[in-house]
Amino acid sequence: MRTKANTWTARALIGASVLFILVMLALPLAMILSEALHAGWSAYWKAISDSYTLKAAHLTLTATAAAVVLNAVFGLAAAWAITRFEFPGKRLLTTIIDIPFAVSPVIAGLVFILTFGRLGWMNPILTAYDIKIVFATPGIVIATVFITFPFVAREIIPVLEARGNDEEQAAALMGAGFFTIFRKITFPHIRWALLYSVILCTARAMGEFGAVSVVSGHLRGKTNTLPLHVEILYNEYQFTAAFAVASLLAAAAIVILVARNIVEYMVKKEDGGHVR
Amino acid sequence: MYVELRGINKHFGAYQASRDVSFGIEEGNLAALLGPSGSGKTTILRMIAGLESPDSGDIFIDGARVNDLPSSKRGIGFVFQNYALFRYMTVFDNIGFGLSVQKTPRAELAARVEELLRLIGMEGMERRYPAQLSGGQKQRVAFARALAPNPRLLLLDEPFAAIDAKVRQGLRSWLRGMISRLGLTSIFVTHDQAEAIEVADEIIVTNAGRVEQKGRPVELYKSPATPFVARFVGDSAPIGDIGRLKGFDGADADVSGVVSGAIRPEFIKIFAPGESVQCESAVEAAVVESVIFRGDALEVSLILKDTRLSARYPLEKETIAAGQKIRALVYCLYAFEGGRTRLLHNACLGRQHDAYSYSI
Ligand SMILES: Nc1ncnc2c1ncn2[C@@H]1O[C@H](COP(=O)(O)OP(=O)(O)OP(=O)(O)O)[C@@H](O)[C@H]1O
Ligand SMILES: [Mg+2]
Repeated sequence: MRTKANTWTARALIGASVLFILVMLALPLAMILSEALHAGWSAYWKAISDSYTLKAAHLTLTATAAAVVLNAVFGLAAAWAITRFEFPGKRLLTTIIDIPFAVSPVIAGLVFILTFGRLGWMNPILTAYDIKIVFATPGIVIATVFITFPFVAREIIPVLEARGNDEEQAAALMGAGFFTIFRKITFPHIRWALLYSVILCTARAMGEFGAVSVVSGHLRGKTNTLPLHVEILYNEYQFTAAFAVASLLAAAAIVILVARNIVEYMVKKEDGGHVR
Repeated sequence: MYVELRGINKHFGAYQASRDVSFGIEEGNLAALLGPSGSGKTTILRMIAGLESPDSGDIFIDGARVNDLPSSKRGIGFVFQNYALFRYMTVFDNIGFGLSVQKTPRAELAARVEELLRLIGMEGMERRYPAQLSGGQKQRVAFARALAPNPRLLLLDEPFAAIDAKVRQGLRSWLRGMISRLGLTSIFVTHDQAEAIEVADEIIVTNAGRVEQKGRPVELYKSPATPFVARFVGDSAPIGDIGRLKGFDGADADVSGVVSGAIRPEFIKIFAPGESVQCESAVEAAVVESVIFRGDALEVSLILKDTRLSARYPLEKETIAAGQKIRALVYCLYAFEGGRTRLLHNACLGRQHDAYSYSI
């Protein structure tokens, strides 16, 4: 049971947390809005309907969609393999999945430059087939996918582990194939966890700056994502425009947050055993 | 033999879960795999089902070696220890799953599911989800789901373990009746010897990955082959040195050195205070430790030569109470020699008697 917050310690702790949240989160958010609307709605509208902004938004959405789809597929496959099979190198795979969380995004970006860039070891092959990765959309997609890879696998592994696999074995024993088992037995169980991880993945992919910044080359209208665009505008002293674009990202973040809470509630409900 | 295992070995890493397991089961029989927890019962069942593959040895079903047959092709119905019902499917879809996987026409599938629902007495519950069923109902659905595709062999892993004692009794006889009515060869796993004795046609006793003995319940009870079976099947009290008991100490009993053993309650006769005693020379003095009323008789716990034994005492005789000094005769006992069990009779009775011909 929680006790009522009437001791001095409790008050002090609550006060400190509220103050911290105000200063670190609420104030900046309010600042973004006020700066964005500083010069009025028409300036705001002009900033966000600017063709470079739209192109940046398009690239961000492309990279995010690619990250979500690829990571959902590979994350599921990895989680399935790790929880359902014994194979050599299983521990290693489990560790490798976490690498994107452990290394700095900038380092990750540099690794891609060193791999696919002009001096990279893959370069001869890439030039032979006329494929551009670094300083082009594929590079941004790859960097985003890399950064957000762990979300799906990390979220699904515990769910699959907690449940065991007798239902799947029972189905296999009756002759059900892999896809039937996945569709009818495994998927219904992990769907909320999957959605939850996809939401986290989306949030991270949309906001990614470091790794993308390294592989982007900052070509306006070509390899600029929204976060990079904000930086460029800001550095050019176009504060209203910079904050207007930032407000787009902030709005997306809030939508994601709400969605996340709803899904979190659904996951809890399901865990409580109240299926349907 | 309809189902036969020959020389099965199975390791999990360094741990050997099955050691040279061999046994056979006749067609139409209900066999029990009985053994303590961790003795490898589930492992054997899973190998027969093809959910686990043996390191060595052969498995035959209906005369054909099935080692290399995938589990779905073995014609096996499996009831899992915790049922493993599909929790996101209705009772109807659970039972019909095997048939729908086999692409059975819808009407035929529905008819079969209806038939099984009637068989398990759960008509009208087909729209429910497993979470909305009681333990006993889940068990019956799991049973129906395993039966739906008409398996040739039914395997059940501790089918009654998760059900409370009252319901279990009814469910046992229900399952027993159902299986004999269907004439379906079945193997079920249990660690409850009373359950195995009551339900099974044959019992296979497992211990530490080995098969200790296979036989009809009464055979296991009357002539346990190994000390383990003597202790595990039926009630018995261990005794450290049988040579200390009168009638088992002489050359007559073929006993040499210290031999341990076990005594069943019905191997002991307690004499009422005034009762005339047969076999005077072999009668022992004992002290009653406790007396429990068991309906048809008294269950007496007594201390005889520092050993606690259990015996029965008929109600119609003059009653006895805790603390009382009494006289008792041990008719026979199991002697454990070199991993085998031998039934020894009290020397004063001669050796041709059947232990079970005495009445208490
Ligand atoms: N997949 C596995 N990996 C490693 N060890 C295993 C595995 N399955 C079983 N074992 C081990 O093999 C031994 C026998 O297990 P098994 O499940 O067959 O026992 P059981 O007789 O069914 O016991 P219980 O009555 O507790 O269910 C146990 O010691 C168990 O720890
Ligand atoms: Mg078991």
